[in-house]
Amino acid sequence: MSNLLYDRQQPQRWSLTRALRLIHLDALLLLGLIILLVAGLMILYSAGDQSSALLIRQLIRMGTAFTVLFVLANIHPDRMRDSAYWLYGVGLILLIAVLVFGHEGKGAQRWLDLGFFRFQPSELMKLAVPLLVASYLAERTLPPTATRLLVSLVMIIVPSVLIAKQPDLGTALLIASSGLIVVFLSGIRWRIILAFISLSTAALPVLWYVMHDYQRQRVLTFLNPETDPLGSGYHIIQSKIAIGSGGLFGRGWLDGTQSHLAFLPERTTDFIFAVISEEFGLVGVVILLVFYLLVAGRGIYIASQAQSSFARLLAGSISLTFLVYVFVNVGMVTGLLPVVGVPLPMISYGGTSMVTLLAGFGILMSIHTHRRMMSP
Amino acid sequence: MSSDFALKNHFNEGRIINDRLIFSALFAGLLFVALIARLVVLQVVEFEHFDSLSEKNRVDISSLPPQRGLIYDRNGVILAENIPKFSLELTPENVPDIDDTLQQLAVLLAMTEEDLVDIKERIKQQRRFRQVILKERLTEQEVAIFSVNRHRFSGVDVVGRLVRHYPQGALFAHTVGYVGRINEQDLKEIDENNYKGSMQIGKTGIEKEYEKLLHGQVGYQQVETNVQGRIVRELNSMPSVSGQDLFLHLDINLQRVAAEAMGDFNGAVVALDPKTGGVLAMVSKPDFDPNEFVLGISSKNYAALRDSPDMPLFNRSLRGRYPPGSTLKPFIALAGLESGVINEQSKTFCPGWYTLPGQDHRYRCWKAHGHGHMDLEGSISQSCDVYFYDLANTLGIDRIHNFLDLFRFGRRTGIDLPGESKGLSPSKEWKRANRNKAWYPGETLISGIGQGFNQMTPIQIAHATAVLAMRGIDVSPRVVRASRPTGQSKLQLFPAQSSESLPMENSRNWEAVIDSMVEVVHGARGSARHIGTDLPFKVAGKTGTAQVFGIKQNEKYDAKTLERKLHDHALFIAFAPVEAPQFVVAVVVEHGGGGSTMAAPIARKLIDQYFGTTVDE
Repeated sequence: MSNLLYDRQQPQRWSLTRALRLIHLDALLLLGLIILLVAGLMILYSAGDQSSALLIRQLIRMGTAFTVLFVLANIHPDRMRDSAYWLYGVGLILLIAVLVFGHEGKGAQRWLDLGFFRFQPSELMKLAVPLLVASYLAERTLPPTATRLLVSLVMIIVPSVLIAKQPDLGTALLIASSGLIVVFLSGIRWRIILAFISLSTAALPVLWYVMHDYQRQRVLTFLNPETDPLGSGYHIIQSKIAIGSGGLFGRGWLDGTQSHLAFLPERTTDFIFAVISEEFGLVGVVILLVFYLLVAGRGIYIASQAQSSFARLLAGSISLTFLVYVFVNVGMVTGLLPVVGVPLPMISYGGTSMVTLLAGFGILMSIHTHRRMMSP
Repeated sequence: MSSDFALKNHFNEGRIINDRLIFSALFAGLLFVALIARLVVLQVVEFEHFDSLSEKNRVDISSLPPQRGLIYDRNGVILAENIPKFSLELTPENVPDIDDTLQQLAVLLAMTEEDLVDIKERIKQQRRFRQVILKERLTEQEVAIFSVNRHRFSGVDVVGRLVRHYPQGALFAHTVGYVGRINEQDLKEIDENNYKGSMQIGKTGIEKEYEKLLHGQVGYQQVETNVQGRIVRELNSMPSVSGQDLFLHLDINLQRVAAEAMGDFNGAVVALDPKTGGVLAMVSKPDFDPNEFVLGISSKNYAALRDSPDMPLFNRSLRGRYPPGSTLKPFIALAGLESGVINEQSKTFCPGWYTLPGQDHRYRCWKAHGHGHMDLEGSISQSCDVYFYDLANTLGIDRIHNFLDLFRFGRRTGIDLPGESKGLSPSKEWKRANRNKAWYPGETLISGIGQGFNQMTPIQIAHATAVLAMRGIDVSPRVVRASRPTGQSKLQLFPAQSSESLPMENSRNWEAVIDSMVEVVHGARGSARHIGTDLPFKVAGKTGTAQVFGIKQNEKYDAKTLERKLHDHALFIAFAPVEAPQFVVAVVVEHGGGGSTMAAPIARKLIDQYFGTTVDE
């Protein structure tokens, strides 16, 4: 606060940071994102067998994503809060529509074909769920009452189940965690949290029962990848070899043998982390993880500086969910977690998740740049 | 906004959330530390392990091709087996200097410059980490020579494989068929994963038709290999599932008799069990050695087989289209009886020729001086042409066509072998569509004696005879009798494929035609009476002599002055015993001359073999 005071007293010298702030962009966050995206393009160039067509498509997506970021950064957080119920409702209807009319891709119904473009309503839900839960919980005093807690859990569970049924377990998990993070941040009692954790552990067998065969196969393969080295276990075996053989410093950019001799499946999408590990080694991936932490750290800082509980909850959820993304992806590629199909944020090749991610950062910037300056 | 805040302790809430944020940040940091720890384990602690795995692709997941099912005849004699053969194979990725290696191998194993060019070409086309075969069918000596020098050749190895072998050689070339290398065309039709490691696929005959059963299910083996790419130890494996063994209806003894009886004539013999449709013998001459195809036939040998005017690769029993000649007469007679155009007593006078009203053209009977007054029995047993000219003329071609269709003339019999021809049973509609011409009445006449446009395959003729023998029960011919699923001792029988009986007005008509056919073999003037002696049961038969070459109006057919390729085809159909048929045979001898002299004795030999009877010479 003393800084702000100081700023005011100084004559307004031009700086990039201040210029960006005028158009509601946060310089540090932007810098972190750009570093991650540039690194991502470099890796994608290698993983995609130096295909420039792949890079161009990815660049076009980035352009779209940045436009969305910019637009959202310039919308006042209060407007977002006002639209929370509306967005959530539309998202829910679309999710049901997907289950009914959806377009099947890779055995899963995720897309809604609107004629001119295909839309994945689960992406909308990634933002709508934390937005709604944050807005709902912030209406009344925190920590929330038991009733409000239950209502917010329903708000989280309904879309998650619908998405898990598509079936898209990875996205369902991300959405559930983005909502649960809001609930956690709202200050519910530890006792309740512990009870919830034990309940979910008990519910695991039920989850097993509702899973699709291929999802069960993934879990089984995760528990023992050697049982199916030609099939689903192949992913994990090969990605572990790629990561492990990267060593401390890696084989060098474009020189990963696992990646380039086509042993590694899905190497431009979900398994791109293995390519990074093979080519840049432990040093490279630790630097990358640190950048992820820095970006998320800036987000958490923004949350802590936000001026309303709604904004804090939302910003906190967005930043922490970003880390969940990274953790789940790296965990699954390194064999710590089952393969659930979560891309590596900002780096994996592929469409809508990049837009959603940058949209989230747009919201963070909006929250940070629409603060009312306190008077001295 | 301010009204909301009025109800809340804003400062307190901020503190709650920030506490939780700090906790979450620390927790996330902890998770990331866990990730980094995991990466340290993989990339530092286990680096050596993974590096070597990666370095020489050390964990190799190789497929275990299944053992192909064996094929047996009905007596349990093996017709197709798998025997080990050694070949020299090279994995290009594991060879430091391919040119040098090849040069040295050429010296060692006497390979020509041409071979080397060929091999280099194949290496270029090969997919990564797939073996290239350098030399096949290594002799024991060659295996020994290479083994002694093996240390000099990294990435090259002697590989023993089970290779298909047909111990009966040419005898079953057309029925069992053969396997060959998998080509691009095959790849489109199969599940490529299941053929990883398989070198061969069924190309013809039973080998092709029952490919799915014979091939089995691929297994895999996860192995650790050393720097040379050689297997050090097995880490994990799933065994392959062998293909199923097949048991055929074919009888090797009958097959042998048929093949020998054909001598050096071209043609086909098909013997069926009319009750089950089981194919007891199926011979197509000339034949060839299927073993040549297994590892890839040389282009020179292949060209010789392909371009031979005798067409040994052509399966005549399934695809050879012959005019059935007089063997069609029993079926035409049945059509006449069924439609009420004739009865058993109806007579036609045969002066030796037949003319259509208002035409001069004489359609000749084979007997120049004529048969005189002919009834059904006489016309079949003596094969009078005039009787059938008249009958065909009255029936008309479309009625004939529709009736013959019931016996699957002009349609496939549905035998379990690939590539069966439909033959041709002409009709007015067919001629208009295919020849764009009207049908002439004269064409009906010659159709009535199995000439003209009629083209039937030996399997069709045999099958139709079986339907006749069974008095209208149509059972599809079957070569495979049973299979034995892997790991089981019990055979799984394939049921007979029978459809509904043929719709006949009067069942007596069957007997009328069959009685006439008995006269062919046992009657005093029967055209095949010489084969009817010394039999404890009655045989029904019909001779046929199909013209290949048009004789002009005023000329005579004289075998001595004609080249062999212009000689008539000799045909014979028969079944026995007449009352309860067990055996049906159809014989086609290309350019054999007369059905009576050439084809009937072959049928008798098969009957003797099948029933254990003998001719008292």
